[in-house]
Amino acid sequence: MALSRRNFLKGAAAGGAVAASAAAPAAARENKTLPPKAVGLLYDSTICVGCKACVKACRDANDTQVEFNTAEPLWDTPLDISGHTITVIKLYAEGTADHKDQERNGFAFIKKSCMHCVDPSCVSVCPVTAMTKHPETGIVSYEPGDCIGCRYCVASCPFGVPQFQYDTAFPKIVKCQLCKHRQVDGKLPACAEVCPTGATLFGPVVALREEADRRRALPPGQPTTFSRKTVGSADTHEKAVARYVPHTYGVSEMGGTQMLLLAGVPFDKLGYPALRERSYAAEAETLQGGIYTGMVAPIALLAGLLFVAHRNTKHDADKPGADGED
Amino acid sequence: MKIAPLGGPLITKTTVTAAILTVLMAGLILYRFVFGLGAVTNLNNGYPFGLWIVYDLVIGTAFACGGYGMALLVYVLNKGEYHALVRPALLASMFGYTLGGVSVIFDIGRWWNAWHIITPGWANPTSVMFEVGACITLYCLVMWIEFTPAFLEKWAPPKSRKALGKVMYVFIALGVLLPTMHQSSLGTLLVPFGFRLHPLWQTHLLPPLFLISALCMGYAMVVFEATLVSKAYRRPSEADLLARLSKYISGLLVAYLALRWGGLAVEGKLALAFDSGGLSTMFLFENLLFALPILLLSSDKGRRNPQTLFIAAVCMLLAGSLYRLDAFLLATDRPGWHYFPAIGEILVSVGIVAVEVLAYVVFVKMLPVLEVADEGGPVLHTVKRADLAATTQE
Ligand code: SF4
Ligand code: SF4
Repeated sequence: MALSRRNFLKGAAAGGAVAASAAAPAAARENKTLPPKAVGLLYDSTICVGCKACVKACRDANDTQVEFNTAEPLWDTPLDISGHTITVIKLYAEGTADHKDQERNGFAFIKKSCMHCVDPSCVSVCPVTAMTKHPETGIVSYEPGDCIGCRYCVASCPFGVPQFQYDTAFPKIVKCQLCKHRQVDGKLPACAEVCPTGATLFGPVVALREEADRRRALPPGQPTTFSRKTVGSADTHEKAVARYVPHTYGVSEMGGTQMLLLAGVPFDKLGYPALRERSYAAEAETLQGGIYTGMVAPIALLAGLLFVAHRNTKHDADKPGADGED
Repeated sequence: MKIAPLGGPLITKTTVTAAILTVLMAGLILYRFVFGLGAVTNLNNGYPFGLWIVYDLVIGTAFACGGYGMALLVYVLNKGEYHALVRPALLASMFGYTLGGVSVIFDIGRWWNAWHIITPGWANPTSVMFEVGACITLYCLVMWIEFTPAFLEKWAPPKSRKALGKVMYVFIALGVLLPTMHQSSLGTLLVPFGFRLHPLWQTHLLPPLFLISALCMGYAMVVFEATLVSKAYRRPSEADLLARLSKYISGLLVAYLALRWGGLAVEGKLALAFDSGGLSTMFLFENLLFALPILLLSSDKGRRNPQTLFIAAVCMLLAGSLYRLDAFLLATDRPGWHYFPAIGEILVSVGIVAVEVLAYVVFVKMLPVLEVADEGGPVLHTVKRADLAATTQE
């Protein structure tokens, strides 16, 4: 009786170890920071004309198949990003939809594609390192040869970006990789290259952030120059500045993203949810790390369990012909 | 009294039905492997985890925590008197987990790469999914080793059993450690869902809540199965053992509720429990199902009444299942997306249960799993049974 009571206490203590370590304030995993040569895109909804040249260019550059969503399969009509569509231009329309970049009775275009997060959930959650973030450019890549198709990235991306192919026996995850295969040859991401107004602009993230600040600081209606293709390029056109909502989306969301957005309509109306600064990747890793740092807690628990289990099965094993189960 | 094969015919109504469902499942799985997941399931990019993950894996492995719970009780807390329940519980767990693991292979898109998850160079330690995957794989292995004495008793010389018996404690210890790790991680899995998971479920207490509720479900499953098995095979009822076991269960249920509500209070979310519309209903219903068994098992009479005990067990199984279903599917908000399992998806999940039933029946009839009388006929736990008879006649 005394023995079993002691063992009870030991067992309880061992069990408590895990709970205690979960509760202990382990060193929090901070948000990751912008890589030194981070590149990205700045999409300015107010100068997008909705021509979808980027959607077509993306198809060609990444070899994706067209999607038909109308009765007559005449036009490529992707409704959203999907297992076959890496980027789309969507339309926001409200009321009479008369005025561009206006929330009420207005309309606006919005681009959807991977945000290339500074602290990406997809990279943190992928069990087999199929999602990786380049240490210099910060481009978030996907390697199908590594992927097991568990779709945890699909479930965890705060922006709903990775798309799994449910219609094939050999599926992949589809998402924008910033045309890294073109950048190797010194080319731009296809969408930025073809955009006729520079609404999708490629460049170093720091420069893109400055450009976004510049535009937002200008008084609405004032004519200004907009670069095409890359930030600060000589290929420019002039246009009156629209009325921006006072926020550059992607500067702080989830610890920042390398794709930035400017718009005249609140972002949540355009399908970009309001998100806090601390990344979910950091939060989950802090919690998991609190339990598993150095495997100390599991090893301690195992040691305790070994001791107790050995003691409580010893008599069984010593019995002739017994096997610890009898 | 000893642990021995039950014997009896293998072809019965139950096994034939189970076999038909198994064949049906095999066909659907084949179809899925040829035409892709979308051909059989309603999974989509808003709800990438569906019935197979939520039921077969997340709920299924919690159902299969009976082996974990009994090992904890018998070998860690040294409650040797529950020994008779260990092997049947272990068997059910072994099947539950193994099939949960197998169903993952059906579910993952690039299954031929599955081995990456336990291979250095691929395995990503920051991923909770890695922890869950690797840990469950290992635990399946450990359980099959823990169960080998049953095979050895039937086919091998006693010597080999003795050798294994000497190291068995290592596997028993692992058999308690591993589920502690992955059952809590199944909760942590949801943390990256962030704002998409309703705040009533999204909390840092997900790991302990998942762990404790898995234990409740595991013990409940032991009660559930012991009752069914004693009925189906007219074996002695294990009711007196179960009655004592239920005291531990009540303790766990209280701990769960304290943590759940205490957590909400600390996080300042108590009001949400009542003003979140349909989700409040789900939340309160969940909690009611957790609370009801505490009430049912609060009196000695309740604990000793097999029917009450059975109802309490069913409540707990439903409670834990609903908690998992809500957390993984119903309380996650994916605007513009809908998910309801397809017929094919449901039939596969049913098929997996059928395989479990089939295998369980074959195993208990052919291998020493359950306690039987020395002559092979049913036996009464003499004194205790008399007690029981007295109490149930009141
Ligand atoms: S937007 Fe989603 S897919 Fe793209 S980097 Fe961020 S977490 Fe990954
Ligand atoms: S689906 Fe592939 S890329 Fe996404 S988390 Fe799973 S293994 Fe990683």
